[in-house]
Amino acid sequence: MHQIACHECDLIHDIPPMPTRGAACCVRCGAVLLRAQANSIDRTIAWTTAGLVLYVVAVTFPFLAMRSGSIIQETALLTGIQQLYSQGIYMLAFLVLLTCILIPLGQMLGLLYIFIPLKLNVRVKFAIPVFRLFQHFKPWSMMEIYMLGILIAMVKLGKMATIVPGLAVIAFGLLIFVLNFAITAVDSHMVWERLGGES
Amino acid sequence: MVSCHDCHLLSRMPKISGQQVAHCPRCGVVLHQRKPNSIMRTWALVITAMIFYVPANVLPMTVTSALGTTQADTIMSGVIYFIHSGSWEIALVVFVASIFIPFLKFIIIIYLLLSVQFKSIKRPRDRTILYRITGAVGRWSMVDIFVVTILIALVQLGFLANIAAGPAAIYFATMVVITMVAAESFDPRLIWDVVDEKHE
Repeated sequence: MHQIACHECDLIHDIPPMPTRGAACCVRCGAVLLRAQANSIDRTIAWTTAGLVLYVVAVTFPFLAMRSGSIIQETALLTGIQQLYSQGIYMLAFLVLLTCILIPLGQMLGLLYIFIPLKLNVRVKFAIPVFRLFQHFKPWSMMEIYMLGILIAMVKLGKMATIVPGLAVIAFGLLIFVLNFAITAVDSHMVWERLGGES
Repeated sequence: MVSCHDCHLLSRMPKISGQQVAHCPRCGVVLHQRKPNSIMRTWALVITAMIFYVPANVLPMTVTSALGTTQADTIMSGVIYFIHSGSWEIALVVFVASIFIPFLKFIIIIYLLLSVQFKSIKRPRDRTILYRITGAVGRWSMVDIFVVTILIALVQLGFLANIAAGPAAIYFATMVVITMVAAESFDPRLIWDVVDEKHE
């Protein structure tokens, strides 16, 4: 396939030979058409694996603790969601669970499901629907927004208590960067050519 | 020629009629020249979101009970609390994310819709950039929901101090979700369709 249509203004472009780094942008509206990714497969697998390790730490270890005098309240990443659930606000509990726990995990598992077979040059079933879902759910992964929420909550409670970050919150912060690196390492053009060509 | 919205493959659109659909030869998804019913769906979503914006701001977002007294806080009263307690930077962040950005999204999306429906050919590239900004920035409004989630996780000390989520939370979260979907349902290529038409 040597032509591509801009997804924002529908102008058809001939695909140029891509340099190792850089992006091809639409000449009319400036939208990014293609981004060159060196070593996409290796980098994606590496970052995603690191991300999974961080994810396990972030979900299992203590997240934040609030100390006021002699009272210590320790929480995990899932505690807030459990609280929403026990207060009866099921939809909100599910929404936070989805955007901060399930979708990031799904992204990482999905990336491994696609990229490991690419590395090993084997075919797997459902690779195309998985990659489509991965692309669709990108804006719904909101871990970095959760991080900002933590900072704001820390300021709000800082007057009356000390907030003590646990190991999990450090892992969570690192995970945000790692997952970001993993997603930007994905060369979607290359993936589609490989997935499409094999079927 | 039609471009697949998922895998970006350009393929020749076959002649189809009525109920038939064409599928992308590479990824199998249904092909559309433009996002189906983009204008009507976007209008419906943005109006619904605007309706939800009202209880999201009027009803309380958090209910704090401390030693017997109860205090209900809306998003705005939370912002004012931050100003009074000296953290005006946080007040600004919360105000921008929870009140300003949704409002801005409504205005931009409605502007984009009207500009296409009234067949404007002015500044299409700037309008496309507005579309991009709207899509990218909308999800950050969710920050207030996460703040509430963390607060109610931490402050559960029984009679001493206790925070619960207020009714505004669900309206606000729904509004953010709907605006995100609304921005996604608008097809920016419609802007350029008008420009191309007028040039012919």
